[in-house]
Amino acid sequence: MTELSKTGAAVGEPTSNSSAPSSFLEVRDLKVHFPTDDGLVKSVDGLSFQLEKGKTLGIVGESGSGKSVTSLGIMGLHTAGQYGKRKAQLSGEIWLDGTELLSADPDHVRKLRGRQMAMIFQDPLSALHPYYTIGQQIVEAYRIHHDVDKKTAKRRAVEMLDRVGIPQPDKRVDSYPHEFSGGMRQRAMIAMSLVNNPELLIADEPTTALDVTVQAQILDLIRDLQKEFGSAVIVITHDLGVVAELADDILVMYGGRCVERGPAEKVFYEPRHPYTWGLLGSMPRLDREQQERLIPVKGSPPSLINIPSGCAFNPRCPYADLPKDNVTRTVRPELAEVGSRHWAACHLGKEQRERIWTEEIAPKL
Amino acid sequence: MLAYLIRRLFAAAVMLVVIVLVVFSIFFLFPKWAGVDVALSFVGKQADPAAVEGVRQKLGLGEPIYTQAWEFFKGIFAGRTYSGGGDVTNCPAPCFGYSFRTEQSVWPVLTDRLPVTLGLALGAAVLWLIFGLAAGVLSALKRGTLWDRTAMVVALAGVSLPIYFTGMLSLAIFVFGLKWFNGDYVPLEDSFSGWFGGMILPWITLAFLYAAMYARITRATMLEVLGEDYIRTARAKGLREQTVIGKHAMRSTMTPILTMLGMDLGALIGGAILTETTFSLPGLGQAVLNAIKTQDLPIILGVVLITSLAVLIANLVVDVMYAVIDPRVRLS
Repeated sequence: MTELSKTGAAVGEPTSNSSAPSSFLEVRDLKVHFPTDDGLVKSVDGLSFQLEKGKTLGIVGESGSGKSVTSLGIMGLHTAGQYGKRKAQLSGEIWLDGTELLSADPDHVRKLRGRQMAMIFQDPLSALHPYYTIGQQIVEAYRIHHDVDKKTAKRRAVEMLDRVGIPQPDKRVDSYPHEFSGGMRQRAMIAMSLVNNPELLIADEPTTALDVTVQAQILDLIRDLQKEFGSAVIVITHDLGVVAELADDILVMYGGRCVERGPAEKVFYEPRHPYTWGLLGSMPRLDREQQERLIPVKGSPPSLINIPSGCAFNPRCPYADLPKDNVTRTVRPELAEVGSRHWAACHLGKEQRERIWTEEIAPKL
Repeated sequence: MLAYLIRRLFAAAVMLVVIVLVVFSIFFLFPKWAGVDVALSFVGKQADPAAVEGVRQKLGLGEPIYTQAWEFFKGIFAGRTYSGGGDVTNCPAPCFGYSFRTEQSVWPVLTDRLPVTLGLALGAAVLWLIFGLAAGVLSALKRGTLWDRTAMVVALAGVSLPIYFTGMLSLAIFVFGLKWFNGDYVPLEDSFSGWFGGMILPWITLAFLYAAMYARITRATMLEVLGEDYIRTARAKGLREQTVIGKHAMRSTMTPILTMLGMDLGALIGGAILTETTFSLPGLGQAVLNAIKTQDLPIILGVVLITSLAVLIANLVVDVMYAVIDPRVRLS
């Protein structure tokens, strides 16, 4: 297994021992639960993955599948600034460069935030403080982790704005977020997250709030910067098109758990989970002509308070009745290897899935 | 920013002229339409017709309305001369006329009483800002806890209890019962400690009411702001929680509070009638109450104008501070 992850893999099997892993980032059996009046919301319920520096992991899933909750969990943002009586409950392990974050001193994790791990958010307009200039916000991000005077930090801010492709950075550094266009704002946000050369960059739906034309530019930018800085990147999205461009590996989430993960080309061309088939079927594509209608995944995402018993996807799965003894509704399927570094959690037999994919699904895409 | 300031100043000046005209109409035009003789309210109903006519001449009430309005307006900014009915009275600017009852010039009455009200309002504002904001922020950060609930119940009590109740109660306990304070007003220029001692109870009473309101607004706004994405961004940068709250969240929370503060201060400077009456403070509020009781039109008019001016200035200050806080405001 360690052998696998050393080959540059971003994905590996969960391990049960709690010693420091060799991977740069390793998440083991992460659970994030929120107590509410209606019951316990199990946003993330046992998630494991690994990620190496210089690699990109795409986490894909519908709204409410636990993608963002996972990323906030890694950043320690569920526990930071948590007020009131109801606390998020986190368990499992998150190893970042040899440090386990969930059991670490919160102040130590705070110092890692922004420096070793940084985050880009979905909507740059609401994620930037409206009352401070772009420059002030970048300067602040830099000076938390670097003991420099404001002038030096501002030079650094201008340099970063220039690096992410903002024209006239020495002038724009004094602009307010509302004076920027959406794409420029996201560039500024990226400049701010990269100002401390973080080794882990989490991009949570980085292009969702942007124009289609700007989306591609931002994705290119993230890819270029990753090459330059050699950081590990997690891209969270519901848009398979985004991960197709960026990710080395893909992790598909459903109902707070991973249903399939593996190298990007495997997940795209040999997917082994009915939910992944559904996602691919509902993705608009320009390179195929024969298909006129998209095939939606029927039904809606599961309630995270009452996750369906057995396989969480069973109420929406067209093949739920194929396995014997109603097993899809009673037993929760575990991730099982379906190929080299490729795992899926499904009760259908391996050959059965291969057959359904090649005969029924692939031709329609 | 400068353009914004000039725009606001110009708007304020126009507003001031409009206010003077409207106030003049209310006090001199409406009685005319309603068939009430202003001259009669000066001399009293039993006066002989010759005296009434004399007053009418003297105050120029027989002149056309626009002449009267102009004289009134001119009086405020340039001073005016009452020359009707023989003798000549020169009233220097700012001339708000003479009290119908004491025949004192209105302006010195206002300037005597304004510092009392100003001291009351500003002192109370300092108290309620400190306690209201602190209680509101703490409640927001400890929402759902015993502290939060207790603070909000106290705040509810503060909002609900009228000043003539809390004021009387505090007088009964601290002045007449425990004798901790002297209940009399001492002017600031006579003795600072005397003034301070006399103002403590009025400040606390007034501040209690407002602190309660401010605590509730602060709590609600802070809770809303804490849910904003940019607060999450601030934490994601690795900022200390006290910086996240004290800098990023507080700056946004201050916006609605400043708006409220401007309006409240403006209104209070016009006279905290209840507080001043309860504690016998010789401020504008007490003056206007007495003037209303005795139908002393020029005094009422003067106080109303001062109040309007106070509200106007307060709003101007709020607008400017608003623009300082929120860069988006400077645009429009």
